Amino acid sequence: MDLKLDHHTKDGIEVVDVEGEIDVYTAPRLRELLIELVNVGHYQLVVNMEKVEFLDSTGLGVLVGGLKRVRAHDGSLDLVCTQERILKIFRITGLTKVFGIHDSVDDAIAARKSEK
Amino acid sequence: MATVEMSFTPLPAHVRTARLVATAVARRSGVDEALLDEVRLAVGEACSRAVEAHQEHCPGEPVRVALTGTDGRFEVVVTDTVVQDDGEPATAVPGAVKPGAGAPGGERPAAAGGPAQQTVPAELGLAVIEGLADDVKIARTKAGLSIRMSWPSTAAS
Repeated sequence: MDLKLDHHTKDGIEVVDVEGEIDVYTAPRLRELLIELVNVGHYQLVVNMEKVEFLDSTGLGVLVGGLKRVRAHDGSLDLVCTQERILKIFRITGLTKVFGIHDSVDDAIAARKSEK
Repeated sequence: MATVEMSFTPLPAHVRTARLVATAVARRSGVDEALLDEVRLAVGEACSRAVEAHQEHCPGEPVRVALTGTDGRFEVVVTDTVVQDDGEPATAVPGAVKPGAGAPGGERPAAAGGPAQQTVPAELGLAVIEGLADDVKIARTKAGLSIRMSWPSTAAS
């Protein structure tokens, strides 16, 4: 399956909905969207990965790049993911220590709000 | 002789095809369903790395993948033909990356010709492969670099 991207604002935080496969072919589209959102001033991001079917290291690189960009503006990039096969790649690479990973978009937003 | 051999033009779009073929052959070779996701991801990582290396050094040369199911093992070998001017394969040092060591450190430019310039944490792909495959051997040869990965299987094809 190809990659579908959408985004909307919820409680002042930009939520990016990702569906499909994030790999070396499709990851540049996600990267472009994250850059675009940062460029227009969205520094609090939640990437909803509940409908992601495949994620490889290229996709991880894009997420790390997005995190670096928002952090440059004192922002945040949190993830929503409960799929074990996706979470596994974050654990293998040690990135569970880098990203906030939540069970739902509401949880991610609530966690972010509580830190303010 | 491999059960299935394929070679493809080093384009990112073909990596998905390689993943799908590898997963199908693994299933037919008797790899446990619980391991198929690992096979798919590890093969994708190896092919992505090879595609990026080929695009940078030899875009006219195909990436080769051999899939073999024998003797209770399902084996995948992904081979690139990238050789630097000094005769060494233009790739990361084999065994230099351990699972869990791939946190965002240095970055390298991704493949040329992509839709946009992107960055990928260096060696993250190899870290993932080493974390996923049951057995991994990375070999340098004069012809390039090969990543050999295998998983247990129950049937020979």
